[in-house]
Amino acid sequence: MSTASPAQLTEKRYTTPKRGRWKRFKNNKTLLLMCFPAVAFFLIFSYMPMPGLYLAFIKYNYSDGIFGSAFAGLENFRFLVMTGDLWRLTFNTIAYNIAFILLGNMLQITVAVLLNEMRSKWFKKVSQTMMFLPYFVSAVLIGLIAYNILSYDYGILNSVLHSLGLDPVKAYSSPGAWPFIIVITYLWQSTGYGSIVYFAAIMGLDSEIVEASEIDGANAFQRIRYIVLPWLKPTFIILLLFSLGGILKGNFGLFFNLVGANNTALYASTDIIETYVFRSLMTNFNFSMGSAVSLYQSLFGFIVVLTANWLVKKVSPDNSLF
Amino acid sequence: MDETFVSAHKKTDASGLVVRWIGYLFIGFFALCCLLPFLLVLGTSFTSESAIKLSGFNFWPKEFSTFAYKIVFENPDLIIGSYIVTIVMTIVGTTVGLLLVAMTGYALQRPDFMYRNKISFFIYFTTLFSGGLVPFYLLITQYLHLKDNYLAVLLPGLLSPFLIIMMKSFVRSIPHAITESAKIDGAGDFTIFLRLILPMTTPALATIGLFIALGYWNEWYNSMLFLSPDMKYRTLQLFLYNVITSADFVRNSAAASNVQLRDVPLESMKMATAVVATGPVILFYPFVQRYFIKGITVGAVKG
Repeated sequence: MSTASPAQLTEKRYTTPKRGRWKRFKNNKTLLLMCFPAVAFFLIFSYMPMPGLYLAFIKYNYSDGIFGSAFAGLENFRFLVMTGDLWRLTFNTIAYNIAFILLGNMLQITVAVLLNEMRSKWFKKVSQTMMFLPYFVSAVLIGLIAYNILSYDYGILNSVLHSLGLDPVKAYSSPGAWPFIIVITYLWQSTGYGSIVYFAAIMGLDSEIVEASEIDGANAFQRIRYIVLPWLKPTFIILLLFSLGGILKGNFGLFFNLVGANNTALYASTDIIETYVFRSLMTNFNFSMGSAVSLYQSLFGFIVVLTANWLVKKVSPDNSLF
Repeated sequence: MDETFVSAHKKTDASGLVVRWIGYLFIGFFALCCLLPFLLVLGTSFTSESAIKLSGFNFWPKEFSTFAYKIVFENPDLIIGSYIVTIVMTIVGTTVGLLLVAMTGYALQRPDFMYRNKISFFIYFTTLFSGGLVPFYLLITQYLHLKDNYLAVLLPGLLSPFLIIMMKSFVRSIPHAITESAKIDGAGDFTIFLRLILPMTTPALATIGLFIALGYWNEWYNSMLFLSPDMKYRTLQLFLYNVITSADFVRNSAAASNVQLRDVPLESMKMATAVVATGPVILFYPFVQRYFIKGITVGAVKG
């Protein structure tokens, strides 16, 4: 047959993909089954709570349940804006994250570059192991360590100040000190493992380039300034953009364990979105307000991720997420 | 570091020396800062309560005492119970979680798996948008009825998009031709995964398994949310959290031993409990840290 009738053509167009789809499904059956537990997991623990964000639009009342409670529209959001809570939470969350990201990366790069300059293998190994230690312990222990240092009565900070003839500090009731305490603790905990990415990147630097620069008479400072740092720039930019996506997500464990559950005196400078939501659930039982903040966080965060990804795509298309 | 690289360095000029000394000082200082707080906890745990009251926490005990440990272990029921809960949870969670992560990661990495993009996005999307804490809490407590159930802590820790992405990056290094040739020999997909892929990815499995295990060992958040004080035995970190934050909790748990309530060494007991709850990880980690390093390096490449 040289020509097929239109009917045959349409039939063919309809049947082949159908049969193909079934065949492909059969071919992929086992792989699909292998993914099933994970799909079910995320469906239950991540997707099922999402409709619960409806809580943000009602005045939740425990006895009436979610669907019996009065609809409030945007009232909860209006309240959050009016009281200034939303602004304070947003500001704190973003400001802390910017400090974490910028100072964190700077310190990580410094550590990685200096580690690379060391000759003593023993020193490298031991110091890296020591710097990695804080990464392995729970946030609860981090809180205890901070207490060891900052406690008014027994803390080692006040012991040192005392022996220097200075006045003791009441860290747990001075909000102004906490941005420093939290940022320093974050750097203390994360630099060891964060520097690993940069250290690995430096390892990928072609040693011939380094040798050539030395033959050309570059000293160590010039080598770092003109070869190593530019080499790390793409890694830095990618990590920066990735972390930008999480700029509205807070490190709950760190803040909660450092500040304590009920230290109201410090809220002005330490309250972030996560701690507020946690309190609205466990302390104030204001489920609707907590959900309103969560919804705001998710939506705003989503926009930020899309923007960051758009930037990644421009800088390095290979690394973009989608 | 290879030979040529070292020999090129031989004729070090002054600047190289300066940089190296800055490095030794800076890194040395920072590394010490990372270690010392742990020694502070350790030192204080061996200090008598009266010495703490007098001169505060210290690295070196002013007045050596093992009293705090004695009380912790005099009534070992609670801490041993918490230990068992955490150990069982770590073992079960790591085994099941690792199998699921590996299975999913492998399937999603198969180029001939037609649903891989859809499922990958389905999983990845959960990192972009979430229902937040309150709906999650209501789901666990009111819909799944898991309040005061160890499953409320065990289940949510099994999987994470980050670990699945990490597994995908690891599996990517195994040529697809291996899977293909096994298929031609008539092996099924699951057999290929179990018999061929798993043995080839043992370093990856060690890395991912350790990430999951560390997560369970340090778990305190879900425990705090879902395991109420009605339960006698809760997780180790939650036990530590209670000792740190609640003097009543310490007094109650010390009540069984023959100590006057006012003599309970509150401060040194916090430190002793911390040492007991953290010790195993600190002893272990120098041996396993290279696996974490590998995971961080691979995970950072993409996502």
